[in-house]
Amino acid sequence: MGMTITEKILAAHAGRDAVRPGELISARIDIALGNDITAPLAIKEFEKIGVPVFDPERVVLVPDHFTPNKDIKSAEQAKIVRDFARKHTLTHYFEVGRMGIEHCLLPEQGLVVPGDVVIGADSHTCTCGALGAFATGIGSTDLAAAMALGETWFRVPPTIRFVYEGELRPWVGGKDLILHTIGQIGVEGARYCAMEFTGPVIAGLDMDGRFTMANMAVEAGAKNGIIPPDAVTEAYVRARARRPYRLYAGDPDASYLEVYTFDVSNLEPQVAFPHSPANVRPVWEAREVRIDQAVIGSCTNGRLGDLRLAARVLAGKKVHPDVRLIIIPGTQEIYRQALEEGLLSIFLAAGAAVSTPTCGPCLGGHMGILAAGERAVATTNRNFVGRMGHPASEVYLANPAVAAASAVAGRIAHPEEVI
Amino acid sequence: MRFEGRAWKFGDNIDTDVIIPARYLNTTDPRELAAHCMEDADPSFARAVQPGDIIVAGKNFGCGSSREHAPLAIKAAGVACVVARSFARIFYRNAFNIGLPILECPEAVDGIGNGDRVLVDAAAGLITNVTTGVTFRAEPVPPFMQEIISAGGLIDYVRKRVGSGARYGGG
Ligand code: SF4
Repeated sequence: MGMTITEKILAAHAGRDAVRPGELISARIDIALGNDITAPLAIKEFEKIGVPVFDPERVVLVPDHFTPNKDIKSAEQAKIVRDFARKHTLTHYFEVGRMGIEHCLLPEQGLVVPGDVVIGADSHTCTCGALGAFATGIGSTDLAAAMALGETWFRVPPTIRFVYEGELRPWVGGKDLILHTIGQIGVEGARYCAMEFTGPVIAGLDMDGRFTMANMAVEAGAKNGIIPPDAVTEAYVRARARRPYRLYAGDPDASYLEVYTFDVSNLEPQVAFPHSPANVRPVWEAREVRIDQAVIGSCTNGRLGDLRLAARVLAGKKVHPDVRLIIIPGTQEIYRQALEEGLLSIFLAAGAAVSTPTCGPCLGGHMGILAAGERAVATTNRNFVGRMGHPASEVYLANPAVAAASAVAGRIAHPEEVI
Repeated sequence: MRFEGRAWKFGDNIDTDVIIPARYLNTTDPRELAAHCMEDADPSFARAVQPGDIIVAGKNFGCGSSREHAPLAIKAAGVACVVARSFARIFYRNAFNIGLPILECPEAVDGIGNGDRVLVDAAAGLITNVTTGVTFRAEPVPPFMQEIISAGGLIDYVRKRVGSGARYGGG
């Protein structure tokens, strides 16, 4: 019997001809990733093993969460990461001013390529699955072990296949597709599984939209999200890849745990209401929701395509007097391109605050924390209780055009309402 | 591995932002983390929880981020064991890796009320509600996970592997 793309990549990295869902395997890893929150714990555990890192080019550390250091404690965490990177002469340590949000940065810098097995001590490591790689989040102790061994164990996940058909309406994109999907299957609808995104609509999505989709696979409980690589993938990767890559495809007779087919021709922009990414409704049902803040950024929607969408809505407009609009480009490179394209001028003229790349408010770290009773619309991926600040604040998840339109309207709005 | 304590009940989809809010992640000190454990779900929990107590929760416990600070906070708060209908996958890995026993048992979740006395025999997978006298049998822990636990956690397991040059048990 055939294998899915996820099974094939795992088999190749386990040195096996075939693997089956449910099997425990040991797999070689291509990249091991940590950040300023998870790496310090991993480093503490790693030092107990007493060996050098398995490959200084394949352990990637990105201090992106509480950086630029928001307080003394964060500065000390970041310093642990920096010192470790120096001590072990890691090639890919990214300092403030050159860094970005890890899941935007790694693909952009060509550090992850199609066919890779990537683990990261960050749940949104699944983002890299958009390249046709197997990428999954693990914990700090897992990362410590992987930094020593260059391999880790996995239970081979069964694959759920999602086929998207039809033609997308204007202002509807990857964010709406994945929110719709999570709304349909729930926050544990793909628990322990691989989510494979396919169909003509995916074929028509650019890489930015694909990263958004793979990014939120974990919000449905998935182990990984994956998009079989095609010409769009290759065009993106060719100029960036720092290593040879391999484009895997699933076998026609591969077996799937389940196949969902969505006709998305009538899909409206989607909004996830508090406090669950599965609490999804069309944007029209959110029009009564007044907001205090709008955040455009994060590993979900902080890429250039996202900023362009926001700029299309914001051009010549002003942010509503009662709203703070915070825009955070995902990486230094995206920031620079947005500057050169004139997007930043549009944002500044509209009255937005534009920040250096950071996770910032996405996890309630800094750069835009909510007070009790405040509401935000955000292009991020989680709207759990207290995620962006006070436990009595609220986060609504939406695409960048909706977030921009909402910032102008002072309430959640469809882009057509303000443009 | 036998524990007895009071049951603290929580609902479905308890996420890692509830277990330990990100605003406290600028430290890795388990005691500091423990002081804020479950704060956004039950502000009294961290102060009232006693060593040996047991968290009993619904499905998908520990969903959300990969932060190992979540099981660390629970363990440092004194919680001996978490029994849930099901666990999110990264939390599941993390709990084993740091030596926090966890058991999947939907029947026990239904049969234990908040505040009940509970006796857990983690090795045997037996959960007894002492208050009602009913015993439940949990899903067995996969043998590979037992290996990690008996080695004293993942790091000790890896140290042995590094010493012997062998790969993980699975392949
Ligand atoms: S942007 Fe948000 S979700 Fe993404 S890595 Fe940072 S904190 Fe996590």
